[in-house]
Order: sequence, then C-alpha cells, then structure tokens
Amino acid sequence: MVLRSSEITIIGGGIVGLSTALGLLQAGLRVTVLNGADGDFRASQGNFGLIWLQGKGADFAPYAAWTREAVARWPEFARALQELSGVDLALQQSGGFEFFTDPDEFTAFAQSLAQQQAHLGPRFSHEMIDGDTLRRLHPEIGPEVVGASFCPLDGHVNPLRLLTALQRAFVTLGGEIRTGAQVVEIAQAQGGGFDLRLKDGTHLGAPRAVLCAGLGSSTLAAQLGFATRVSPQRGELLITEKLGPRLGFLSSTIRQVDEGGLQIGGTKANVGPDDRETLSEINALARHAVTVLPALADVRVVRAWGALRVMTPDGYPVYARSPQHPGAYLVTCHSGVTLASLHASLLADWIEDSAAAPDLEAFDDHRFALSAAA
Amino acid sequence: MTIDSRFLPRPDAGALLHMTLDGAPITARAGDTLAAAILAASGDASRHSTMGTPRTAYCMMGVCFDCLIEVDGQPNTQACMVAARDGMVLARQNGARGLRKLSSTPAQSNADG
Amino acid sequence: MVDVDLIIIGAGPAGMAAAATSAQGGARVLMLDEQPQAGGQIYRNLGAETPPPAYLGASYAAGKPLLAGLRTAGITGEFNATVWRIDSDAGMPRVLWSRGGTSHAGQAPHVLLAGGAQERPTPFEGWTLPGVMPAGAAQILMKTAQLLPRDAVLAGSGPLLYLIAAQLIDAGAPPQALVETQTPAMMTRAMRHLPRVLLALPELAKGLALIRKITAAGIPRYTSAAGFHASMRTDGRLDFSFTAKGRAHTLCTPILLTHQGVIPSTHISRAAGIAHAWNPAQQAIAPVTDRWGGSDVEGLHIAGDGAGIGGAEAARAAGELAALDILRRLGRIDKNTRDRQAKAPRRALTRAMAIRPFLDAAYAPPPEILAPDGETIVCRCEEITAAEIRQSLEGGATGPRGVKTATRAGMGPCQGRMCDLTLRGILENCGAAPALPRARTPIKPVALGELAALAPHRKTKA
Ligand SMILES: Cc1cc2nc3c(=O)[nH]c(=O)nc-3n(C[C@H](O)[C@H](O)[C@H](O)COP(=O)(O)OP(=O)(O)OC[C@H]3O[C@@H](n4cnc5c(N)ncnc54)[C@H](O)[C@@H]3O)c2cc1C
Ligand SMILES: Cc1cc2nc3c(=O)[nH]c(=O)nc-3n(C[C@H](O)[C@H](O)[C@H](O)COP(=O)(O)OP(=O)(O)OC[C@H]3O[C@@H](n4cnc5c(N)ncnc54)[C@H](O)[C@@H]3O)c2cc1C
Ligand code: FES
Repeated sequence: MVLRSSEITIIGGGIVGLSTALGLLQAGLRVTVLNGADGDFRASQGNFGLIWLQGKGADFAPYAAWTREAVARWPEFARALQELSGVDLALQQSGGFEFFTDPDEFTAFAQSLAQQQAHLGPRFSHEMIDGDTLRRLHPEIGPEVVGASFCPLDGHVNPLRLLTALQRAFVTLGGEIRTGAQVVEIAQAQGGGFDLRLKDGTHLGAPRAVLCAGLGSSTLAAQLGFATRVSPQRGELLITEKLGPRLGFLSSTIRQVDEGGLQIGGTKANVGPDDRETLSEINALARHAVTVLPALADVRVVRAWGALRVMTPDGYPVYARSPQHPGAYLVTCHSGVTLASLHASLLADWIEDSAAAPDLEAFDDHRFALSAAA
Repeated sequence: MTIDSRFLPRPDAGALLHMTLDGAPITARAGDTLAAAILAASGDASRHSTMGTPRTAYCMMGVCFDCLIEVDGQPNTQACMVAARDGMVLARQNGARGLRKLSSTPAQSNADG
Repeated sequence: MVDVDLIIIGAGPAGMAAAATSAQGGARVLMLDEQPQAGGQIYRNLGAETPPPAYLGASYAAGKPLLAGLRTAGITGEFNATVWRIDSDAGMPRVLWSRGGTSHAGQAPHVLLAGGAQERPTPFEGWTLPGVMPAGAAQILMKTAQLLPRDAVLAGSGPLLYLIAAQLIDAGAPPQALVETQTPAMMTRAMRHLPRVLLALPELAKGLALIRKITAAGIPRYTSAAGFHASMRTDGRLDFSFTAKGRAHTLCTPILLTHQGVIPSTHISRAAGIAHAWNPAQQAIAPVTDRWGGSDVEGLHIAGDGAGIGGAEAARAAGELAALDILRRLGRIDKNTRDRQAKAPRRALTRAMAIRPFLDAAYAPPPEILAPDGETIVCRCEEITAAEIRQSLEGGATGPRGVKTATRAGMGPCQGRMCDLTLRGILENCGAAPALPRARTPIKPVALGELAALAPHRKTKA
C-alpha cells in the first residue's frame, strides 16, 4: 500500500511531531503523521506545560537563543493555533519564579542566570529576589524559602489542550494522522524515498521522513545512520483538587492549571523505562509545596503520576539531516512545549532549506558521532 | 427550588445531634453520616459543581465524590464518609473550593471561605 | 511500623473470613477499613449496638458469625482508615493509609486486598440530578440510618434490585414501580446456564421468593425497559421516562433508584501493579489471580468481590482460601494441611459461583447503559458527555489515554470510578481497541500536608 500522495511523513504524533507537521503543512506540503499506540510512553500527555526561558542554555548559547526565539513567537503561534483549532490553550506569559530553600543553590542559580543574561543581552531580563522581599510581594510564601529568581518572559499553557489543538489544526488544514501506526523499520526505497514497515506488517512509502518519535526514536534513528540515542528521564507530578481562587503567580514547580487544580512537579530520575509514581517523590513534592505555600496543607492531591522526558545525551535538541539518507530528518528534544512555536514555523524552513532557514548547525546529530568516536 | 426530604420521616430514636447547614439548624441521629443527615433533612442539592449543576450524595460508599461539602471550614469533605457530631458547621459548596489562608493573592477569587 | 504477618484491606465478608482463618492459624493480622465498622457492603452497620431493623431480613443478619470471628486473638482492626497506596519497600509489601488526617505506612510479608465491589455506573440523561441514586446506596441508608426512600421507582436490573424492593416492602415503604431492563431474549440466553444453577437451588429459590413478594405486594413491573431519561420538575420531584415493551411511560417520583449489578473495585489492585483482564461475562475489569487469590505481585492476594463478582458467600469462602494459602506461605501450615482445610471453602465457593453465569447473562447491563450517546454525562466529575467522548474518538484518540487527554474524562476526584467502564464501552462501540485504564496513586485524594508529613524517605535539603 502506498500513502495517498503525501510529500513528507512525520513519524510520531506527540507535541514535537505535530508542531513540526503543522509547520510543514502550512508551508504548503502534503503531510502525513504516523502515530504509535495509546499505551506508548508519551511525554506530551504527562508534562508540566511551561513555556520557560530562565536557566535554559546558560551553558550553551545557541540553546539560550533558540529558546528565547520560541518564547517570543508563542503569542502569535497560540493566537493562530486557537483560531485554527477552536481550542483555548490558556496561554499566559506574565513571568515566573523559581523558588529556593537552599542558599547555595540560590547563589549557583544566580550565576547561571548571569551567564544566560550574558548570552542573550537585552533580549533577557531576570531578577534575584531574597526571601524577605519575596514575602513582602507575596506574603503567602513560606518562611523557609530563601529566595527566588524571576523572569518576566516565562509562562505556561494547558499542555493537553496544546496537543488537542495541534491535532485539530493539522487535520483541519488537510493533514492526515494515522493512529496505531507504529513504524518498526525504515529503509531507503528503491527508486528514491523511504519504505516504512509498520508493526502490523503493512508497508508505507514516504518520499521524505521526519523522525519525531520521542522515546521511540532511538532504533529508527540508528537505522537512518544517526548517532543520537535518546533516553528516558522520569519526572513526577502531583495534581490537586480544583481551587476557586487563583494563585497570584507562576513558578517552575507549582502552577495552577486553568481548570483550577494545582500541578506540582519537577523531580528528575534516570530509572529507565519506568513511569510509575513513587512514594518518596510524592512525599518530596508535597513537602516542597507546603514549604513554598504553607496554605496548601489542606489541599488534596487527586493523583500523582510519572512521565518520561525524552533526553538527548547532552539535553539539547537535535535537528539533523541524515547524510547517508537524504530526505530523512531527526527532530527530538526536551522542552517540546516551549519549542513548539519554532517547530511549527522556522523548523519547516530548515527542513525545506528555504531562504528563511535558521542555522541549526549547533544542534546537529554529528556532535554525538564525534563524542562516540572520541 | 426546595423539596422536602426524598426519604420518609424517621421514627423518634432518642437524643438528636444538632448541627447547622448554611446557618440553618439540622439534626442527625447518632450513627448518621453527614450525607444521611443532609438527605434526611432536604431533597435539594448539597453542592453545585464547578459548572453550576446541582448534585447531592450519590454512592454513599466513598467512590463518587458527589457528596462533597464544607465541614467546619474544611471544604471538599466526603459527607458520606464522616459521622455526624454535635455542633458541626456544614456549608454547601458552589463551584470549586476556596483556600482559606491564601487571602493575600490578587484574586479574581470566587472563594467562599 | 506495624509488626504483623498480614495486612487485610477491607472488612467485608472476604476480609473478615480471612482475618479469622489466618489468626486462628497463628498469624498476626492488621485489618484496615475505611468504614467505621467491620461488615463490608452487605453487612454494613450490622455490628451496631442497636439491633438491625427486621426488614433487612435473614440474609443481613447472617453476617453475625463473621463479625464474631473478628474477636479471634491476633486481629487488630483499624477503621476509618482509607488505604491510598500499596507498593513495596526493601522487597516487602507496604501499605499506605490515611486516618483522621494522618497517613501511616505499614509493612507485612503478605497483604490481602478485600476491597469488594461498587455499583456499576448507570449513565442516562439525568442521572446526575439530586434524587437519582444507586439502589445499593439507598440500601446503605436503610442499613446505617434507617432512612427509607419515599415512593421510589427502582430501575435497572439484577438480583440486588429485587432484594431491595423486598426489603422496602417489608419496611412498609414499597416502591411505586420496578422498571426492569432485562428482556425475554436475555432470559433465554441465561437458560443455557441452568444445569449449573441446579447446584445453587437454594439461591434460586430465594430469588424467586423475592419476585413473588414483589408481585404479591401489587407493585407494577415494567420489563424490557429502555430509553431512560430523568428530568426535574419545579417541585423537585423527578419525571422518569422510559419505554417498556415499546410503549412510552413517565413516572413521577421523589427518588429514582437505579441498579445494574456490581463491579469489582479495582483501583487499588490496578495501582498496585497487579495484572488485570477484561471479564466479558461480567462486563468488568478484574484482577488475574490463581485458585488461592494469589496475584502476580509478590506478597499480594485478592479475595472477594474485588477479584470478580461472586457475592457474600463466595467472598467468605475466597477469604478463607486466601488465608490458608498465606498461612502456608508464612510456614504456619504445610501444603497438605492447606489443601485439606481448603476442601470445605472450595466446595462453598463452587456452590456460590454456580448461579453466577446464569445471573450474569440474565441481568446483563443493556447496551445503552454500557455505551451511551448524546448528551448523557459519562464523567460525572468533569461533566463530559458521551457525545464529547465520541467526538474525541473521531478526532484521533485511540484508547482511554487519548480520550482522557482530549476530554478530561476520568481526571476528577473519583479517578474514573464512575466512568472507566462507560468509556470502555464507548471505545468498543466505536470499534476502537479498549485498553485497560491505568490507576495511579493516591487512589483516594490525600491532603498535601498529610503527604508532606510522611516520614521522609530520603534526605532532602532544608
Ligand atoms: C514530567 C515532564 C515535564 C515536562 N515539562 C515540560 C515543560 O514544562 N515545558 C516543556 O516545554 N516541556 C516539558 N516537558 C517535555 C515535553 O513534554 C516533551 O519535550 C515533549 O512532549 C516531547 O514530545 P515528543 O513528541 O517528542 O514525544 P512524545 O510526546 O513522547 O511523543 C512521541 C510520539 O511518538 C509515537 N511513537 C513512538 N514510537 C513510534 C514509532 N516507532 N512509530 C510511530 N510513532 C511512534 C508515540 O506514540 C508518541 O505519540 C516535560 C516532560 C516531562 C516528562
Ligand atoms: C452498595 C452495595 C450494596 C450491596 N448490598 C448487598 C446485599 O444487600 N446483599 C448481597 O448479597 N450483596 C450485596 N452487595 C454485594 C457485595 O459486594 C457482596 O455481597 C459482598 O459484600 C462482597 O464482600 P467483600 O468482602 O468482597 O467486599 P465488601 O463487603 O464490599 O467489603 C469491602 C470493604 O473494603 C473496604 N474498602 C474498600 N476499599 C478500601 C480502601 N481503599 N481502604 C480501606 N478500606 C477499603 C470497604 O469499606 C468495605 O468495607 C452490595 C454491594 C454494594 C456495592
Ligand atoms: S456519596 Fe459518593 S462519595 Fe459520598
């Protein structure tokens, strides 16, 4: 069976695959998205929804700049996406805190942000606020908080609605999504293009293919000669019952979703393909929440969950063309929510190699080939 | 709308416990859950959902979360899982719960507590 | 940390029988139940000081010996204790429960899950209105508060519906009508299982006696009923419309009691990581167990209706069997002793289960309850309609997770207890492959302050 005249096939229908697909579709291509099984690990269905700049790329200027651009493009991206999909993304970009209870960590983070400031110059701004000043602004913040950083550019969206909106917009504009289509093998087809073998045994042809399969990317990436291997990093989150009153602020670890519940998160563990929630992290997250906001003590947690981040070896995105297999691309990253605005715009230019294409050399896959060889 | 209890009046069984529901007196018998006492007193909704629809205790065994009320200032308490006690102050909830001590936030708050 | 051999979750017939058997065998047992007293759903409040009202009948009073068994030395009971997580720590099962605003952790080499059943959700337009209630819930009010529904309509199907109707008649509060969804075709299909039912003649006779009582009381019975719809009048009473044998009816009642049988409560076993499977005969998700209630998770057994619906007698027998197996694993009895002592409960279990295939077929829930459409609310917490769920499937969702992400169905405080099965029914109805939904902890909401106060498991910075 051959796909209905699609010009480019996206493997993976998470936030990264769909935003990339939407950009290509809007650039005028006929695009098909192949998405795996309902039970796959899916970061896009378990994340924290931040559109976050502070701290990003302090040690890697290209990433700082790329993220800055993503944040700048979000308002327009959200407006257009909402219009196309009819889905309210609940975007809010009015700044965010990172809270600290350890003075050493507070100092270290100040240094990171100074570095980020140096990379971005006037395109960035941040403040380090000591605990007492913070409590004058927000008296509800607990006494053990020694300080917070604040970046006025940070924000958040409803990540589940982002996923739904991307799906709807893509389909509305004529894109095709095939669900339950798990690609198990990809090979160069005779006479050009690629032959994709699905788990159910069917074969699909694809003139060009973009691999955006999250944690499912590694095996297929190897088949295309890419060096990148992604690995899972578990993050755990809590969600509380809905609250009527609104939190007066956003932070990297506690945020109020537009439906009213509080999401509390931020743990990191490298435990392989295991997305179970653990008692120790539930406990740690709850302690963090009541330390930052003691008034939350009587608020009930409705559910905890774990989700797996898609991590490249150095944590930065990979945007790569396959040297051996022209027409094959690898697109994978952490922070796919934040970067969605770019994946749906500039990335299409890069894949099409148009005049507007950004220079993404710093994010090429060969950085891992080199380190593997060294 | 108000409707009397959807249950038959109970025969006298000695001492009653006295509580208030939205300020009005309400009685219970020893051993009643709060949900039983409320259902015995009135057939009305004991809560309105975040979307404004009327609800009252449903499963009576702690699984549906439709019986949530405010008990002595504690919102979202499962009325079917808590025994009535003398002097309890009960309040029906409208929409999402409030946050008692977070009053200083710049609130578009519809908190009722 | 509690120093016990066995933690039993649930003090219904399964848990009570298991506690007595294991304590008699020398095990130290901690029994946890979120209700204030032992008894479980069938024997709720049977242990109260005041004698139970006569109208609850002999089947209710029959629980007395089980309650008495809890006086066996070695059993500690903790009530008002809601278990919200089971995991393992250092290779030993660990149970987390909340009691009076504080959470506790306990470990034991064996844990028996005996959390029982809940009533099957019965979605139709209007089922969220005040005045609509599951029939079993109304029965709980009869047992615990002597509250009798006024001029009720009983609607749905299943043996419990007849039992409750009979109890109401005896209480002097007869329902105004029974509206039954079972059809002659279903009864015909059920007849296939009749030979096995012969093993359960007393059960069958009891059931027939209930139906005779209802008929003798002159209560109208509408059968082959469908198309349920409830709306509220300005005076607060409900208009309940339906068709029966093709004719439209509307009954006005202050209280509409619905029932479509009971289903295993599996949040606790699913969240504990135990394998589950779909049971098509019972149209329910149930854990996979061996003949002793043992599961694929080390140290965890399951007994009673939580392992698959069998009723109180089956639950009691299964509790004993699980306890015997646990005693053997504890080294308190050998295999031969276990097998010898298992003979009586095994026979009782076979007898009690004999009528099930017949009941499951005769009182199967109708398709419109399993997979509703239109404006019927499926997820009560988030108020998501069947139409919205069907739309999400057209929009590309392929399983419970996709639907949940797209609609929020199942994300409220009940955590899917009121919609998991309906969601599954709609998925099936739409030709999608219905995967088993995942359950996460805490399986019941727990306050942040309470979770924060758990003894730290890992050093974190101040
Ligand atoms: C706990 C947590 C918190 C996070 N918080 C944030 C945040 O606040 N802000 C932010 O910007 N980012 C955040 N992220 C990261 C963000 O969620 C991810 O970067 C993003 O969701 C990744 O999307 P993806 O499409 O690459 O992967 P996924 O969402 O994992 O999707 C991969 C898709 O590929 C499909 N697939 C896999 N293999 C195959 C195959 N062989 N064939 C076909 N299809 C296949 C799968 O079915 C799946 O749909 C967080 C992540 C986690 C885990
Ligand atoms: C509302 C209702 C009414 C019923 N009425 C009858 C009847 O009248 N006659 C009849 O024959 N059958 C009745 N049944 C069927 C009933 O399921 C069985 O008869 C029998 O009670 C099953 O016994 P069990 O021990 O498996 O579970 P149950 O009797 O259900 O006992 C389970 C116990 O576990 C406790 N529990 C559950 N989860 C937790 C948790 N997380 N933490 C702590 N404790 C927990 C519960 O509080 C309960 O006490 C009823 C079922 C329901 C749901
Ligand atoms: S009535 Fe269902 S949880 Fe209380």
